[in-house]
Amino acid sequence: MTALTLGSAINAGLSKALENDDKVLLMGEDIGKLGGVFRVTDGLQKRFGAQRVVDTPLAEAGIVGTAVGLALRGYRPVVEIQFDGFVYPAFDQIVCQVAKLHYRSNGRIRMPLVIRIPWAGGVGAAEHHSESPEAYFVHTAGLRVIAASNPQDAYVMLQQAIASDDPVIFFEPKRLYHSKGEVDLDADLADAPPMHLARVPREGTDATIVTYGAQVRTALDAAVAAEDDGISLEVIDLRSLSPIDMNTVAASVRKTGRVVVTHEAAREAGVGAELIASITEECFHYLETPPRRVTGHDIPYPPSKLEKHHVPDLDRILHAVDLVLERGAGSSPTGGASAATVEGGVR
Amino acid sequence: MTYTQTRVSSTGRADDHDAVDDVLRILEPDGSRIADDTLDPWVADLSPHELRALHRDMVLTRRLDAEGVALQRQGQLALWAPCRGQEATQVGTAHALAPGDFVFPSYREHGVLLGRGAKPADYVLAWRGEEHSAYDHTTINAAPPQIIIGAQSLHATGWAMGAQRDGSTDVAVAYYGDGATSQGDVNEAMVFASSFRAPVVFVCSNNQWAISEPVTVQAKYPIAGRAPGFGIPSLRIDGNDALACVAAMRWALDRARRGEGPSFIEAVTYRMGPHTTSDDPTRYRDSAEVDEWAQRDPIARLEAYLRAEGMLDDSGMDQVARAADALAAEVRAACIEATTRAPETMFDHVYAEPHAAVERQKAEYMDYLAGFEK
Ligand SMILES: Cc1ncc(C[n+]2csc(CCOP(=O)(O)OP(=O)(O)O)c2C)c(N)n1
Repeated sequence: MTALTLGSAINAGLSKALENDDKVLLMGEDIGKLGGVFRVTDGLQKRFGAQRVVDTPLAEAGIVGTAVGLALRGYRPVVEIQFDGFVYPAFDQIVCQVAKLHYRSNGRIRMPLVIRIPWAGGVGAAEHHSESPEAYFVHTAGLRVIAASNPQDAYVMLQQAIASDDPVIFFEPKRLYHSKGEVDLDADLADAPPMHLARVPREGTDATIVTYGAQVRTALDAAVAAEDDGISLEVIDLRSLSPIDMNTVAASVRKTGRVVVTHEAAREAGVGAELIASITEECFHYLETPPRRVTGHDIPYPPSKLEKHHVPDLDRILHAVDLVLERGAGSSPTGGASAATVEGGVR
Repeated sequence: MTYTQTRVSSTGRADDHDAVDDVLRILEPDGSRIADDTLDPWVADLSPHELRALHRDMVLTRRLDAEGVALQRQGQLALWAPCRGQEATQVGTAHALAPGDFVFPSYREHGVLLGRGAKPADYVLAWRGEEHSAYDHTTINAAPPQIIIGAQSLHATGWAMGAQRDGSTDVAVAYYGDGATSQGDVNEAMVFASSFRAPVVFVCSNNQWAISEPVTVQAKYPIAGRAPGFGIPSLRIDGNDALACVAAMRWALDRARRGEGPSFIEAVTYRMGPHTTSDDPTRYRDSAEVDEWAQRDPIARLEAYLRAEGMLDDSGMDQVARAADALAAEVRAACIEATTRAPETMFDHVYAEPHAAVERQKAEYMDYLAGFEK
């Protein structure tokens, strides 16, 4: 085991993939000499050469679209989109081409393409640098969507994503790039849990918090804080947003009967909406109280001085936990200080 | 730096009426052969046999196209995108390709697919709504036909970057229309192709119209004149002159194979029919314009030349006509005999590897359907 930051773990995963398969190549803006604006690809061009670690023109549709052609020619491109908010110019290539070519060709064309996206907020960044676009991709058939939350997973899942014959959107929570964790660099990929399975980083009995990405940390902090109040929270790190591992989620909800979903992305038609709909379909009779969502507001990402009001924090999660546990003032869904008002508007 | 291979209208304006004649050509509309220093060397070795093959494939393409329109009118196809008038561009450029080259066509390139060896069913099943892409891209070295305007230009460029890495001499070719040149993808493809010296050829069939929009809505300057700005040499040719099309394509392929990178060809041609069978061109274009272009017909032109040279006679023409009828009959049969796949297959191939959500939905829907069978 080695203690690595999330960023270095990704670097190590890329390095391993480049080493193991000479069809793997990295493409993106500033990823070569500079090592990426987050230095995630630091040193890789030096080691593997400019043919394997390619500094591209500044054109997102160009990066993804040429990666499609390279995949058609037998390569396994791993592209970096510099920031979440810059994936939109490539959106057409991703949803119309990358996602659909396998289907359109009756399975004859494979798109083993990974699109890495430094993702979400909490780092005081400028406009367009803190977005959570995951729902767009989850909504698109043909894409797998992965959200890493810790260095070990990032290291392993990135290699799994590169090995997958399906296209994978790989979200890297940028506010965790510098946070450390233990990584088993010699982990055998064959023994690692497949990337479509969720993880339960903390077991509990009173309520389930379902989340992913950087919110996993916040949820775990909330669980520690709740423990002081004698509340036992189970935390699920989805890891995969398409497909969602409903077995793990449903098993937990059947056990606790109460559920809070939290993510940083906006609420409307977000991953939380999908989760709660599926939970309701599958576990309705086990639910003790209505599930709750704690999400970013349905607003464009706010100026960074206000982002702490947008990105759900420990207190907002605990508040929702109180609501699903029917604890404290205003906890009744029908009376008191309406929960709906606090949680962001009545629908 | 000079880009000697570019020739643009003397006024530099694409909306200049004479611009359509400001092109390289070696076969005049009446079939007489003229000289052109740029094009001539590339077709000097074409044998009578090859010239006849070129003519035959253009006739086959036209017949195939007519059959597509007829099948649509008879309700056998949901839609068809006619290519009448563009046979020389499609067949001429495709004739120059080697088997290992890979084409990225738009929805209109029936003559290109013919050149790649598509089977009768390959032309019609997608238009009938049976499959998104009927052909196996690996057997005819052609990507599925592209509907999103211009997207394939990037795929071709990426494929070419791969070919370059593989040290092969294979070349990628992207086909698209004049409207596509307004798209970001097409411009980004030129940036990538130029920056990486990718062995790719861009063939822009300037058929004057993007549905109802004349080329002048897309371009105030001849389209071939843009490529040099990206560092890509270009030729503006008469797209109704099959020999010019072969020559220009050979020039571009040769550059690519020699490691000189991308080239751009603007083939100035005309879409004689509607944009698709759902379109009504009488709403936006003048019949006089169509009549004028009929005088420049690519097949009549090559025929006149071959006859004048004694390479084609009535019996040769009969043979070609029979081959065309046979192809049309095969295409018709492939269309009418098509069977619609079972509903469960629509869930197949969404992913290469199992995906729980799709599998769950497939199972649910199959259960639901099974309820009707009892
Ligand atoms: C991105 C995109 N926008 C719009 C359309 C609808 N559309 C289909 S064909 C067409 C015109 C294309 O014209 P051009 O590129 O000149 O090719 P042509 O059809 O004339 O061969 C349009 C607007 C589309 N298919 N894709």
